[in-house]
Amino acid sequence: MSERYSALALARHALTGAPWPRAWRRADPRPHYDVVIIGGGGHGLATAYYLAKNHRVTRVAVLERAVIGSGNVGRNTTLVRSNYLLDGNTQFFEHSLRLWEGLSHELNFNVMLSQRGQVVLAHGPAQLDVLARKGNVMRLNGIDAELLDRGEVQRLLPYLDFSAHSRFPIHGGLLQRRAGTVRHDAVAWGYARAASGLGVDIVENCEVTGFLRDGDRVIGVETTRGRIGADRTAISVAGHTSQVAALAGLRVPVESHLLQAFVTEPIKPFVDHVISFGAELFYISQSDKGGLVFGGHIDGFNSYTQRGQFPKVQTVAECAVALIPSISRLRLLRHWAGIQDMTPDGSPFIGRTPLRDLFLNGGWCYQGFKATPAAGWCFAHTLAHGEEHPLIEHLSLERFLAGNGHDEYGNGLWTYRQ
Amino acid sequence: MLRIPCPHCGERDYTEFRYGGDASKPRPAHDERDVRAWHDHVFVFANPRGPHREYWQHVQGCRQWLILERDTATNTVGAARLARDGAGA
Repeated sequence: MSERYSALALARHALTGAPWPRAWRRADPRPHYDVVIIGGGGHGLATAYYLAKNHRVTRVAVLERAVIGSGNVGRNTTLVRSNYLLDGNTQFFEHSLRLWEGLSHELNFNVMLSQRGQVVLAHGPAQLDVLARKGNVMRLNGIDAELLDRGEVQRLLPYLDFSAHSRFPIHGGLLQRRAGTVRHDAVAWGYARAASGLGVDIVENCEVTGFLRDGDRVIGVETTRGRIGADRTAISVAGHTSQVAALAGLRVPVESHLLQAFVTEPIKPFVDHVISFGAELFYISQSDKGGLVFGGHIDGFNSYTQRGQFPKVQTVAECAVALIPSISRLRLLRHWAGIQDMTPDGSPFIGRTPLRDLFLNGGWCYQGFKATPAAGWCFAHTLAHGEEHPLIEHLSLERFLAGNGHDEYGNGLWTYRQ
Repeated sequence: MLRIPCPHCGERDYTEFRYGGDASKPRPAHDERDVRAWHDHVFVFANPRGPHREYWQHVQGCRQWLILERDTATNTVGAARLARDGAGA
């Protein structure tokens, strides 16, 4: 039903004035599906798309409480990269970046991938050693990485604070040229349109209120739009994983925290890379509209308010100015908060749950957006085959029981410190 | 700004405190040998959207550990008491 987007189609519509068809069908729920996915965010929609595309499972519904893309897929800072150190993460996020690289063609929807390169900064020799090790791990896995000394960083990013008085002198950095940004709303819309085109039902304004059970087996969901049966049910509701899991009687290693993001007033092209500060968690890029987009740590205590606390505005602004003094007079246009699943080791959960035919994708911490294509890819495989894709075997819900925490940042297993 | 009523110091900005997690989970008995009981105590959270009982330490004040009642859906703060007067559950 959806019309293929092309230059020719654009010209035809411009000349004839014919209206464009809806990008995806508004579906009413059917009584039964092969797979019901709870959550119409980036991950849920990507999962539905790859189920239909890779596994030919097309009797699929995506149930969304509000409208699709109204959650974290539209609240992040849009960064994509694959510079991860730990085995498992490295390969998973590289798979994701490779999918990002082909996504506009795959979906016939321009997601505006901009591979502008990301520089992670080091502010001392020890930190640069850590980055060198990470870069070596990446290169051994066939991922691009370049170690930069201070002079090379200065040539690339001359506007950073290289003065004698800089609070955190820049010692070097690690550059991944293939990293960059994606237009996040287009990811939700593109996956929704492509999935709908393959026969997936996208049901909006449909909140799941309970699970249908047959002993230890989940056989569907109770929703505000009636009962829907399913051979397999998937939870993909980052931010509210605990609430939906609790409907099935499950308690998960997740605490919900707020992560804020910020946009300044628009300025002319200035920051043409993604830059990650090394002295604090802080990352900045510039949007096509000209606003500087940046973010930092979580607020520090669990909350579902979607309203950030003001002290974090100050610490993030301090990071921004310590890194790029010349932006100190820019005004913040807006800031917002997303509800983020935080886990003990900073890594997510994808796979089976203790209940038969109930599957979980959640706990993404800071990494949900950049993982969208690979998470959908691997979760679809898991749902189609009933067992985990090899790329996500290390992300089981039970990993802490076996002492297998997957702690990328070396913080220890401490949920609200990750 | 979240403000926390410290029993010793009065109402202060939350930035003076450090969040210490869910205070409603009873600690397993010291001789508990079931790994899952310890796993659940350390790693698993009820994570409610609504009333929540939690630890905070007043690190920039009296340095006491407090137990605070707070609604996670609205950040409305209720009573705070000293943790040493008796923990959760």
